Amino acid sequence: MAHSAHNVPTFVVAPPPELEREPLVHNQRSFGWISDKIAGIAEGKTPTWWWIALGISVTGMLMMFGMIAYLISTGVGVWGLHQPTAWAWDITNFVFWIGIGHAGTLISAILCLLRQRWRTSINRAAEAMTLFAVVCAGIFPVIHTGRVWYALMPGFLIPFPNANVIWPQFRSPLLWDVFAVSTYGTVSLLFWFTGLIPDLATMRDRATTKLKKFLYGLFAMGWTGSNRHWSNYEKAYLILAGLSTPLVLSVHSIVSFDFAVSQVPGWHTTIFPPYFVAGAIFSGFGMVLTLLIPLRSICKLEDVITTRHIELMCKVILATGSMVGYAYGMEFFIAWYGGNPYELYAFENRAFGPYWWAYWTMITCNVISPHLFWFKWSRTRMWFVFLVSIVVNIGMWFERFVIIVTSLHRDYLPSSWDYFHPTYVDVMTFIGSFGLFCTLFLLFMRFLPIIAIAEVKAVTPQADPHHPLGGAKLGGAH
Amino acid sequence: MSTAARPYALLAEFDNPATVMHAAEKIRDAGYHRWDVHTPFPIHGLDGAMGLRDSKVGWFTFIGGTSGFTLGMLMIWWMGKVDYAIPVGGKPLFSPIFAVPIAYELTILLGAFGTLFGMFFLNRLPKHYHPVLKHPRFRNVTHDKIYVVIENADPKFSDAETRKLLENVGGQHIEVVED
Repeated sequence: MAHSAHNVPTFVVAPPPELEREPLVHNQRSFGWISDKIAGIAEGKTPTWWWIALGISVTGMLMMFGMIAYLISTGVGVWGLHQPTAWAWDITNFVFWIGIGHAGTLISAILCLLRQRWRTSINRAAEAMTLFAVVCAGIFPVIHTGRVWYALMPGFLIPFPNANVIWPQFRSPLLWDVFAVSTYGTVSLLFWFTGLIPDLATMRDRATTKLKKFLYGLFAMGWTGSNRHWSNYEKAYLILAGLSTPLVLSVHSIVSFDFAVSQVPGWHTTIFPPYFVAGAIFSGFGMVLTLLIPLRSICKLEDVITTRHIELMCKVILATGSMVGYAYGMEFFIAWYGGNPYELYAFENRAFGPYWWAYWTMITCNVISPHLFWFKWSRTRMWFVFLVSIVVNIGMWFERFVIIVTSLHRDYLPSSWDYFHPTYVDVMTFIGSFGLFCTLFLLFMRFLPIIAIAEVKAVTPQADPHHPLGGAKLGGAH
Repeated sequence: MSTAARPYALLAEFDNPATVMHAAEKIRDAGYHRWDVHTPFPIHGLDGAMGLRDSKVGWFTFIGGTSGFTLGMLMIWWMGKVDYAIPVGGKPLFSPIFAVPIAYELTILLGAFGTLFGMFFLNRLPKHYHPVLKHPRFRNVTHDKIYVVIENADPKFSDAETRKLLENVGGQHIEVVED
């Protein structure tokens, strides 16, 4: 492949200082460098660390499958939940994983509509993260039914005329959730695949073996980079971004309806939809950073995923973290101001009851830690951002645990009050879901371009026909 | 390459987007219709330079989205009110309010399918055979080079004239693509 002569002029006319911004790709990298670098990650020799990471992840994944097999063969009694805490780690894990997915869609769709060009370096990996998180999320509501064959059989969740001639209950938010999550998974896959088409063509054109050429070529759909195709493609991409934006906002709103539509004190609040969406984006950016910071240093991607990218993501965490903090405060205010004694008790019990430790872990992780990102020092230290991103993930898992378990464990009949203890099956299923997630992500980074090659090329100055580096003549007119 | 192959088009290589932009304007003004610019990334403004009309993908989205919404509403109304009514707590058997979340999701789902398949339909993809893909130099189109391809089938095409035009607008390595 043409490694040598990328005709990039070395002489640059500086833009007026008021328009100057830190470039999105450092060191004036050429188009060829971008393809070589990014495609090279998937093409090169498989590194040893990858095999080790895959081994650990696959072990975790198999552990989860083993736990699920035990659960299905024995019954949901192997988990720690029982009345009145009928939902515990299962639904916590579901909401946790589905929330993580939301950052991927935010980066790919909302930032695309807002013309935030920095998204191009991170959207591919973030969208992959979304898909894999949705896979992990989808497992928990299915297995929590206990008799999974009912959940999976067409006609119980998906409307399908089966032998029972009965239809699903469309008035239930749990069914809305089925539609929301399955639509979310499908549309995210379509969006991700659309973005991959030009890059699969790059992989096809660089392929060294017949098999690779065939497989990449098959999924590249015969892409030739024709501008007549780009014209429709760009429009389709923009529309998909436009569709995914209301979708991502609706998905976590509908997830929150699972709680908010019920009558349970602590759940029955109108703030849930926006609060869940903000929390989802907050946790998702945490996970994006947890994945990308090691990735950029292992794969030497500092020129493409620059410090500016990391800083911008930290700012999103700061913004959404502040919204989450506001929501926590407002929930408490309304619990008091609403004058409902049951509601007020649910919140007092959350903060000062037997689960006080979970509540205050959540507050520390989600309300205090994002505010560290007010300081440039903390946004530009990769190890520090990485640590905070993990803290955010922990905090957001605790948020869902707090919402679910503290609202349920003390119901209206004090004789049935309970303190939930997870069993080892609960714990190992959850840990195993990280194994599944990491397995999928490792396979993705080994076989597909982890950064949108064509999109990154398009945001470099040499791709701009009105920029001196793009060949424009000096003096204004092109 | 076999000697029996018919010439399909003339191919010219370009290095930077500004040159190809001017080239596209000139080829458009020369009155060609069966030609194309192949680029590694979308170039802003090239649609206008080539004289392309606005993409029609949006219509497919619209058709997909409206059918999704209608389908969702009709499904919930028919299944829950007509075919098998389950009265629960005196709640209405059908109301457009509780049908919104599902109809909304189906609007987006079918809208997205409409968009993607509409794009494939308008681009006539997947199309795994294309003469330009056989040209050895063309592999760089997904790397760092831009190509202008003018087909022999264009009524204005003449080997000498077209080659001259491509040379004048700054094309390099002007070569014949065979079918």
